[in-house]
Amino acid sequence: MSLLVFFLLSIVKIAVVLVIFLTAVAYTVLLERKVVGRIQNRWGPSRVGPFGLLQPLADGIKLFLKEDLLPTAVYRPLYIAAPIIALACSLLSISVVPFGADIRYKGVDLFQIADLNIGLLVILGVTSIGVYGIALSGWSSNNKYSLLGSLRASAQLISYELALGLSLVGVVMRAGSLRLRDIVNIQAPHGMLSWNVFGGLQFVAFFIYLMAAYAETNRAPFDLPEAESELTAGYHTEYSSMKFAMFFMAEYANMITVSCVATLLFFGGWTSPFGNLLPAVGGPVVQALLPVFWFVLKVFFFLFLYIWVRGTLPRFRYDQLMGFGWKFLLPVAIANIIFTSLWLAFRAG
Amino acid sequence: MHLVLFFIFGGLCVVGALNLLLQSHPINSALSLIVVMSSLAVLYLLLGAEFLAAAQVIVYSGAIMVLFTFVIMLLNAGREERTHGSRMAYIAGFPGAAVLLGLLSYIFLSNRGHLGNARLGSYLVTTGDLSRVLFRDLLLPFEVTSVLILIAILGAVALARKEH
Amino acid sequence: MDVPIAYYLVLSAILFSIGVAAFLIKRNIITVFMSIELMLNAVNLTFVAFAHEWHRVSGQIFVFFVMVVAAAEAAVGLAIIIAIFRARNTLNVDQVDLMKL
Repeated sequence: MSLLVFFLLSIVKIAVVLVIFLTAVAYTVLLERKVVGRIQNRWGPSRVGPFGLLQPLADGIKLFLKEDLLPTAVYRPLYIAAPIIALACSLLSISVVPFGADIRYKGVDLFQIADLNIGLLVILGVTSIGVYGIALSGWSSNNKYSLLGSLRASAQLISYELALGLSLVGVVMRAGSLRLRDIVNIQAPHGMLSWNVFGGLQFVAFFIYLMAAYAETNRAPFDLPEAESELTAGYHTEYSSMKFAMFFMAEYANMITVSCVATLLFFGGWTSPFGNLLPAVGGPVVQALLPVFWFVLKVFFFLFLYIWVRGTLPRFRYDQLMGFGWKFLLPVAIANIIFTSLWLAFRAG
Repeated sequence: MHLVLFFIFGGLCVVGALNLLLQSHPINSALSLIVVMSSLAVLYLLLGAEFLAAAQVIVYSGAIMVLFTFVIMLLNAGREERTHGSRMAYIAGFPGAAVLLGLLSYIFLSNRGHLGNARLGSYLVTTGDLSRVLFRDLLLPFEVTSVLILIAILGAVALARKEH
Repeated sequence: MDVPIAYYLVLSAILFSIGVAAFLIKRNIITVFMSIELMLNAVNLTFVAFAHEWHRVSGQIFVFFVMVVAAAEAAVGLAIIIAIFRARNTLNVDQVDLMKL
């Protein structure tokens, strides 16, 4: 009986989170088109609905109705499996992200799908599996541009995963736990001052994380795998219709996940930036939803930063990219670990 | 619950391993090995080894197998051809492996009474427990492995470098 | 509902035997290497199962070290495979049976 209830509630939670997440993905695309448009002195989409707000819907319908081409020379099973792997992995990691305070209704955690002791490692593991979607799509497409794009993407992912993992060690050392709720709770007491990025002295780690994560999600200025001027569209050159849409959704879903993780690890997650300075207003429902508001606000800031960076910075050259990852980010991340452990040992006496 | 999960993921392991054996294209073999490794991670979780489950996914499925697929893509390995050696191996390989399997299974199943049962959640090794042993009692072996990895990196670079 | 530890051991025996068979039968050097990884994984499962049986952490520490060594081994092994492919232009183990070119 209790097992059945647990399963039903979990399925409901998953469905709700998935719907919200996919809507967020669609509107992130619109946000990017709008903001990049303004940066380039254009309007961006403005015709479909008020302020172009229905544009994601129109895009979705267009992608659904397009002809699904299957080139003759591709290796079929992997060609079809690759976008599914990419999308599934990008959707999977949101399951361990807590969106709000630990509020339980009849023993069920309302704002998190799964509260794991190894939550952070799960996110890292799922990201590392996601490489296969990109690698296999390029290989199975039987196209030089695709293969080059996917080789670039997998090499880039493996290289930057090291710096990314090492940049998180300082945060984990400060919290003494890999559970995401514990990591957020240690940043709660004094608002902004106890966030890892300020009070935790992890600002170096934060910038390493941000740069490595931009490279992990193949976004500008590290978008070498899909550099239009050299590789047409990179690993998804041969894809059309829904299969292309799956890659597209995976990329934006990864962006949101990275923003969520940056919020949780460095910017205090759902906690208020003002600590206890703000008076508690409203009933229990408002008190439960206020943390979610802070969380969403911070995630929105990171998404905006993503787009801002894309609209501002030029693309790296490939040797610069590899040199930057191995010769700069990795040593700095190791130095940060040493510094953080010395600081923690000094503070502990 | 435990039994059901064990049979699902144990079955996936066996199917993946057999697929590795039967496929003729190396990339298919690599993908079936990834399935085996990821299902093994779930079995580790069932046995209460949560850090190892995560490490299995990150290290094996995420790093080592990516390296394998990368090399397969780089060398553009095609279907393997059957040569003389493989016919000899067929004659010796299958019976040998079957005998090994029969022997091991007989020993394990006949000693079933001496071994206990695995209950879900009866024994959980947290990351803290594991690291306490690793960094206090076994610090020297841990440091030695880091030297080993350094040597492996240097060796890999020296071997794969193009000679001019 | 409990699963006997013996089942886990039998599963690892099955995986190990398949690994041995694949090691003997496969002719592509990369797949041969992969079957070694499969055998290592099968042994890791026994370590974890026995760690659960006797409630000792040391079994899991073993697996940890095996993973580290496997990672180092994969890096060096794949570098050797690339070097062999450069020298002989083949991945078939039957054609790599001479010490000299």
